[in-house]
Amino acid sequence: MNSRPEPRPDGGDGPGHLTRDDVVHVARLARLELSDEEVSLFTAQLRTVLDHAADVAALDLAHLEPSSHPIPIENVLRPDEVQPCLDRAEVLAAAPSVEDHRFRVPRIGGEAP
Amino acid sequence: MSGASAIGAAVRAGERSARAVTEEALAAVEVGDADVHAFLLTLPDEALAHADAIDASVAQGRDPGPLAGVPVALKDNLCTRGIPTTCGSRILEGWRPPYDATVVEKLRSAGAIALGKTNMDEFAMGSSTENSAFGPTRNPHRGDRVPGGSSGGSAASVAAGFTPLGLGSDTGGSIRQPAALCGVVGMKPTYGRVSRYGLVAFASSLDQIGPFAGRVEDAALLFDAIAGPDPRDSTSLPGAGPPTAPSVGRGVEGVRVGLCPDLIDGCARDVAARVYEAAEALAAAGAKVDEVRVPEFAYGLSAYYLIAPAEASSNLARYDGVRYGLRIDADDAAAMNTATRTAGFGAEVKRRIMLGTYALSAGYYDAYYAQAQRVRTMVMQAFERAYASVDVLLGATAPTTAFALGAKVDDPMAMYMNDVCTIPSNLSGHPSVSVPFGVGDDGLPVGVQVLAPALQEALLFQVAGAVEAAAPA
Repeated sequence: MNSRPEPRPDGGDGPGHLTRDDVVHVARLARLELSDEEVSLFTAQLRTVLDHAADVAALDLAHLEPSSHPIPIENVLRPDEVQPCLDRAEVLAAAPSVEDHRFRVPRIGGEAP
Repeated sequence: MSGASAIGAAVRAGERSARAVTEEALAAVEVGDADVHAFLLTLPDEALAHADAIDASVAQGRDPGPLAGVPVALKDNLCTRGIPTTCGSRILEGWRPPYDATVVEKLRSAGAIALGKTNMDEFAMGSSTENSAFGPTRNPHRGDRVPGGSSGGSAASVAAGFTPLGLGSDTGGSIRQPAALCGVVGMKPTYGRVSRYGLVAFASSLDQIGPFAGRVEDAALLFDAIAGPDPRDSTSLPGAGPPTAPSVGRGVEGVRVGLCPDLIDGCARDVAARVYEAAEALAAAGAKVDEVRVPEFAYGLSAYYLIAPAEASSNLARYDGVRYGLRIDADDAAAMNTATRTAGFGAEVKRRIMLGTYALSAGYYDAYYAQAQRVRTMVMQAFERAYASVDVLLGATAPTTAFALGAKVDDPMAMYMNDVCTIPSNLSGHPSVSVPFGVGDDGLPVGVQVLAPALQEALLFQVAGAVEAAAPA
């Protein structure tokens, strides 16, 4: 049970074969900037974790439904009553930059990576 | 400092003032916390004002609640209105939440005194409290050892005698593992029994708030005070459930205990020995102890370290420098987001965000994330099979006693292995508790873990009480 199964044959860059390019790619998706040293370190560390996860990737579990939640409860509704919401001034006071009761951000658009 | 139930009773009876208890706790932190660093922030003004209000209600003949005047340490991922809440992260440094967590409101209405906010691994990601952006917490039993994590500050506060009670959160073992390493009681309730409103999210399908205490009875008392449905958390379970504290001390006559080698075999020899001794003690106290194998638990760790990072990568997308916390300015919004997150998150948080992003990305979703969710189903079914023949399961909480500061901080996988015995209960949503039971070869505390089916907190505390009663002095 504890022996390490082989990863499924997914080809060169499949599960268990995380590359530097993968790390650079997910860092960009996650809006993180990494130095070259960090890319090397994280690639090695994440590869170790994914190698360990190969035991899970190798299991034949097609007969099982995925569970996204431990104790499913459905259609949870609360009484439709008007209640005070968070205080606007208090919320905006926590923001790094505010203008005219709104969150202020730098220019958006045309800058997509 | 004496236990929570004793303090609560004395304050309600007017034999002790809440102010005197609170002053004593604040003084203990003042003297002792320079060495331990359990607290990121203490709240002397707020705590003493609240204590005075409690003393005033007692003087007026009103009942301030079961935890009257009892100081509680709050993990710093529990929102406190107007009071800094950092999650151990630079990215939330200085943030003052505009609302209280439901558990904070419930504590107040039970008469408990919020003494301060405790140190933690950043965003609850870690098993040693070394991933805090504000420096590590030290184990009160030995300063060169970790307190465990991620709720290491709250565990250490109780172990050091600063507060009789603490609150933590447990996503993969973050209450139970530090409880074991610090020699205190730590309990993770059934998912949904305690509202998560105002708990800063890490992995929403796994996170659950729970109590730390010096004794089982006090942990049950604190659980009873914070449990219950909450319309502000749509995952909170309907129905209040019976109080659990009265079941502590009922003994284990006739209770069927499943000794689970799959929660023991990977542990250090001295830890395993204590678990077997606890099983013998329960048998001597009248429990029916049988071995129960649950080999599926072996896959829990891998599944957890795909599911939890996946959920975290989504939850932590909100730290973008727009609405709260840190902002590092840049020419455009995307560059500002990136600069802020790069400066604000520590290495472990970045690792988990990237791991989760990868596990959810096209081409790997089925192999990793969906597969991990199927393992979750497999673990739930395995629990169900086990509980067909026993009432509770018994195993170790953590594989070793408290390890040295710095020993695992550069080896993420070695750190993750700390959670191997605690993760199954998070995947299934079941309640589980760590109870101190003797010491290891190094003289440091060992925790024994009791696991119970969903909503069986009263039974869980009943068995935990018997483990505690049988523990070596």
